[in-house]
Amino acid sequence: MTGKSEPVQSGLASAHPRAKRIRIAIIMVSLAGLLLAPHLFYPIFLMKLLCFALFASAFNLLLGYTGLLSFGHACFFGGAAYFTAHAVKIWGWSPEAGILLGVAGAALLGLIMGAIAIRRQGIYFAMITLALAQLFYFFCLQASFTHGEDGIQSVPRGKLFGLINLHDASNMYYFVLAVFVIGLLIIWRFVNSPFGMILKSIRENEQRAISLGYSVNRYKLGAFVMSAALAGLAGGMKALVFQFATLTDVTWQMSGEVILMTLLGGIGTLAGPIIGAGMVVTLQNYLATSEFPVTIVTGLVFMACVLLFRRGLIGEFFASKLGRSLGFRPDS
Amino acid sequence: MTMIFGIPVQALMGQLLIGLINGSFYALLSLGLAVIFGLLRVINFAHGAQYMLGAFVTLLLLSGLGINYWLALVLAPVIVGLLGAVVERTMLSRLYKMDHLYGLLFTFGLALTIEGTFRYFFGASGMPYPQPIQGAVNLGFMFLPLYRGWVVIASMIVCLGVWLMIEKTKLGAYLRAATENPTLVQSFGVNVPMLLTLTYALGAGLAAFTGVLAAPIYQVSPLMGSQIIIVVFAVVVVGGMGSILGAIITGYMLGIVEGLTKVFYPEASSIVIFVIMAIVLILRPAGLFGKDA
Repeated sequence: MTGKSEPVQSGLASAHPRAKRIRIAIIMVSLAGLLLAPHLFYPIFLMKLLCFALFASAFNLLLGYTGLLSFGHACFFGGAAYFTAHAVKIWGWSPEAGILLGVAGAALLGLIMGAIAIRRQGIYFAMITLALAQLFYFFCLQASFTHGEDGIQSVPRGKLFGLINLHDASNMYYFVLAVFVIGLLIIWRFVNSPFGMILKSIRENEQRAISLGYSVNRYKLGAFVMSAALAGLAGGMKALVFQFATLTDVTWQMSGEVILMTLLGGIGTLAGPIIGAGMVVTLQNYLATSEFPVTIVTGLVFMACVLLFRRGLIGEFFASKLGRSLGFRPDS
Repeated sequence: MTMIFGIPVQALMGQLLIGLINGSFYALLSLGLAVIFGLLRVINFAHGAQYMLGAFVTLLLLSGLGINYWLALVLAPVIVGLLGAVVERTMLSRLYKMDHLYGLLFTFGLALTIEGTFRYFFGASGMPYPQPIQGAVNLGFMFLPLYRGWVVIASMIVCLGVWLMIEKTKLGAYLRAATENPTLVQSFGVNVPMLLTLTYALGAGLAAFTGVLAAPIYQVSPLMGSQIIIVVFAVVVVGGMGSILGAIITGYMLGIVEGLTKVFYPEASSIVIFVIMAIVLILRPAGLFGKDA
């Protein structure tokens, strides 16, 4: 979703070597920080952060690299949370199997929703995904396995591979961190694959991609399913972290939240959604103790992002003088 | 008692009436969305919030200033329309050159802000508004509350009026011309930015008018807008936004279908419009009245 008036250079050429070194250094430092973090911060908060960072990265795969704005990603996130919670609690599945079921369920939902939604483009696509996600919300409200307003509560975390007790907070944290890193590696690999390049070409000029002979709809659907599956990975993990799955995660407000995270951090950048998710989750945590309603802040940040810095924090940094002098490029 | 398909006529007619009333709201709201989209190419996510504002202004005019329903029916749309004009002039107009999705995201943020603010000051629970017309008429097969009859008639008059204005008046001709080619219209000396502002104000005013009509029927609540707007989006997708008349007809039609679903299969009544949307997309992706693919 790049503005027509501000074309973005294609991402084929690699960034300046200095930028590359800086990036590797930042990744190393962040990884070290994440490994040490549970000694400094409340682990549940960190795990929530990682789940949402993965969710936003999955969403960005679609918006940032394919140019499709889905207003219904809560369906995959919350849906997977329900599937995982149900499998683990009622069927007694192991946590890894439960999460895989969540991913598979989200991918299936993504396949159905994607197949319908890609029949229209642009703004219609956003409205259709919103409406279909709302359909899923009403399904969750009425279906018996979701337990309506109560949700699925006290979900056991179980033992990972039958060995590692996830009820131990630090075990759970490192498990979530590992899944988060794997999820990001998948996204990174996906974006830089030939498939990802074709997606970018669709984002930049769909007509030209069609005229080059690509069946654009198949690629779009592939990206949609991939994004849904990864959102499901995040949702399934969240169900285990918090040990419940509720309606909150399938509401349209949740779909809006993940858009905000991506927009705030920087659409089409790998680090943007992570930073955006970190800021939104921290802000919510902070506001939760105050009287001030989160919705107003969310709305105002949304408006400010759209009006003032459409590239997001990371994107604006890359495009700034400092960012450029360090060798970064706006869409890296 | 007379029965149709094993359902008492009164129950059937009652739900049909509720469907017709909801359809009136859907028609008015999707009309506003279509008018705004036609010229501005912006999907106004704040439409639900403006509908809610209309209802709240009506309530506050009565409780604060003692201004009655009939005056509010004129005042509330004007107030909300003016607010809309200010938003369009100061913020929304900066986004026209961007990807259209930014307009959607901006108005989404606006909707959240408005809804959050009203929730903060008035809480989430609904507040009743007194019925402006008491009584009912006996139609033979059912009792029709007079106010509900008024809602259906008023919405039809306004829909027809807006349609005639766009199709038959000079202003409407400018509007249609600007939809086709704004640069050319501007070169003829028409103030296109002003036309855009007016259009957004008209759309916002229509949403507020719907809110005033809805106030005595539903509880006035900060959440009433977001509940209806997603359904209206589905209505707009079904109708296709290319045609004003299409938006109106689809609105009424889907309202009635929703009402009938409540009679025959109540569990599905909250999702029937979304299901219809999915089916229409599969069979006819451009929408029932749409021209653009």
